Amino acid sequence: MAEVTGPRPRVGLFVTCLVDLIRPKIGFAAAKLLEDAGCTVEVPSQSCCGQPAYNSGDRATTRQMAERVIATFESYDYVVAPSGSCAGMIKLHYPELFAGDAGWQRRADALGARTFELVSFLVDVMKVERVNVIYEGTVTYHDSCSGLRELGIREQPRKLLGSVAGLTVAEMKDADVCCGFGGTFCVKYPEISNAIVEKKAENIVATGAPMLLAGDLGCLMNMAGKLQRMRKAVAVRHVAEMLAGMAREPAIGEPPKTGGA
Amino acid sequence: MTVQITSPKFKKNARAALKDAQLQRALGKVEAGFIGKRRAVASRLPEFEVLRDLARDIKDHTLAHLDLYLEAYERRVTEEGGTVHWAATAEDARRIILDICKRREAKTVTKGKSMIAEEIGLNDHLVEHGIAPVETDLGEYIIQLRNEAPSHIIAPAIHLNRDQIEADFRRSHADLPAERNLDEPASLMAEARAVLRAKFLAADVGITGANFLIAETGTSVIVTNEGNGDLTQILPKTHIVLASIEKLVPTLEDVTTILRVLARSATGQEMSVYTTFSTGPRRAGDPDGPEEYHVVILDNGRSSMIGGQFREMLRCIRCGACMNHCPVYGAVGGHAYGWVYPGPMGAVLTPSLIGIDKAGHLPNASTFCGRCEEVCPVRIPLPKLMRYWRDREFERHLSPATVRWGLGLWALFARRPWLYRPATRLAMKTLALFGGRRGRMHWLPLAGGWTRHRDFPVPERDTFQAQWKKHRAEEARKKAQAEAEAVEAGKAGEKAT
Repeated sequence: MAEVTGPRPRVGLFVTCLVDLIRPKIGFAAAKLLEDAGCTVEVPSQSCCGQPAYNSGDRATTRQMAERVIATFESYDYVVAPSGSCAGMIKLHYPELFAGDAGWQRRADALGARTFELVSFLVDVMKVERVNVIYEGTVTYHDSCSGLRELGIREQPRKLLGSVAGLTVAEMKDADVCCGFGGTFCVKYPEISNAIVEKKAENIVATGAPMLLAGDLGCLMNMAGKLQRMRKAVAVRHVAEMLAGMAREPAIGEPPKTGGA
Repeated sequence: MTVQITSPKFKKNARAALKDAQLQRALGKVEAGFIGKRRAVASRLPEFEVLRDLARDIKDHTLAHLDLYLEAYERRVTEEGGTVHWAATAEDARRIILDICKRREAKTVTKGKSMIAEEIGLNDHLVEHGIAPVETDLGEYIIQLRNEAPSHIIAPAIHLNRDQIEADFRRSHADLPAERNLDEPASLMAEARAVLRAKFLAADVGITGANFLIAETGTSVIVTNEGNGDLTQILPKTHIVLASIEKLVPTLEDVTTILRVLARSATGQEMSVYTTFSTGPRRAGDPDGPEEYHVVILDNGRSSMIGGQFREMLRCIRCGACMNHCPVYGAVGGHAYGWVYPGPMGAVLTPSLIGIDKAGHLPNASTFCGRCEEVCPVRIPLPKLMRYWRDREFERHLSPATVRWGLGLWALFARRPWLYRPATRLAMKTLALFGGRRGRMHWLPLAGGWTRHRDFPVPERDTFQAQWKKHRAEEARKKAQAEAEAVEAGKAGEKAT
């Protein structure tokens, strides 16, 4: 575990490509949660963790991206990402990627040990017990695969959601089953991906909850896109948006508020 | 039947499977029949996770010393009066078995369920040489009537429903009264049993697979739920065991350890109904058993996996848990994978056995959700091994050009933040403009795979990194202004006093 320099740990926010490009709100929600938990948040210039290349068998490109991420973030006390998938890539797969290259492996191991997914970081490292948010309503929560199975994230988001005043979590059937996104999988095998997300959407709708939360934007875009195509009135948001008190902002795929910025 | 390799057409197979309403209904049985039962039975056994570790370690140990255990096994089988035959290839195995059958002047051969027999295309080979193979496992019997390949390694006919099976029975058992009632699964089972009973008695040779070969005792072990395996190997005068090299385990005790995770992982049973241990031919004083006992041990490319990246795959005990829990298998079923072994274990094993050039889709058709690894009783890191295949495909330029170009373009930008930030800002602004104020898009250029089935959200008007920079600058400006105002206020205060 990292040594925390001073009372406020310096966190490098690895915002992830999808959040950077598609839904910056999640980045702001993450920054707010981290600052509320007592961290100093910085956002160094960044792009991708390399996972698309890694899972496509392109190790050379992955290495180049990984080396950049390591060099950019290794000066921070912690690296936090609002994604189990990208955090898992840095935490677990970078060390694997650099296996046999002693210098880089040491750096990858060191960074991996200090890299966390946002919600588990708040609960497990910063010992956040509750958030100060009121939201009257019901949500259902999808466990994204990498976060769940690579990083063991299951109770942490439920714990913090349980502290939102007025909020009920209605568990869906098979919350721990893949939504069919799978990164490049959804474009390489669109029909299969669609069949999987259809099942997921049915389970979401069956809860009756008007809102779906999860911890990875890729999965969220996949499920939101399917629910909208099926004309189901389920608002889809990143769990950080709810925990940061931003759940009244337009959901994924909803038009921006008229008149607003 | 000899399974034709259609793995290169995986996409086409999958598309057909997704449109097959009957198949889709049948696939529902996988979830209902396996997943909940496995979870329940595993959670009732406190030491289940420890047993998984032990099972993994036993298999790892055996693979590390496989040459020794294979030799020890052969020695013990010979001492018990049996014969071991080494088959380097599928062709060798077919020839060895055919030779034994011919020497025994076999006309009918009964078969217990064996995936290795599927792998080497044994049935077709026997038929070509005038020998009638009869599958005696109910599922295998059904698909033999249909001239189909198994769609699941432990539930070969899981893709079928009762109506289809009734039609197959009426067509194939034409000598039985047409007005008989076959409405219940039990009546289908009774009919199969009656038909097969005659075959068991007529068989000259019985061929079974093996779940384990025990080096310590020279024993082969099969686990079944129907008892057909026992009749297959006890009644005919000759018993041939067909198994691959990785079925070896050192001792009886090791088998009992692995058995505790096998049925639990496979069917959610604590034990299968029958667990049968066979050692050598009938001895003087034995009430029954074959006159001849042969074991055909197949390599077929496996020994080359032992020293390489895919060694862990040889731990597999063929329980089927990975496919039962795989969302892709659950969507398309086993036949789409296009060869003998479907699902995640097939995605790793098939390229080793038939070549990555033919099986290239299989390790790619995974979301890497990790559920297969989570349930594997011998903890095979299936996603990692699939990724190794993707590495090899990329190295050999076997991955599709679109994937390579797309990745290359993405990497071009992602490796250069000074280029990435302005380029992505421009792209997202353009996309936002294109998407207008609807919030989402029904169609997006170059993303037809996505938008054919789902909407795509219109990005916010600027990237997070750009917004964050502005946000921080604004905060700094406000802070400076507040400080300046405070200074001013202080000065004003001084003046006032």
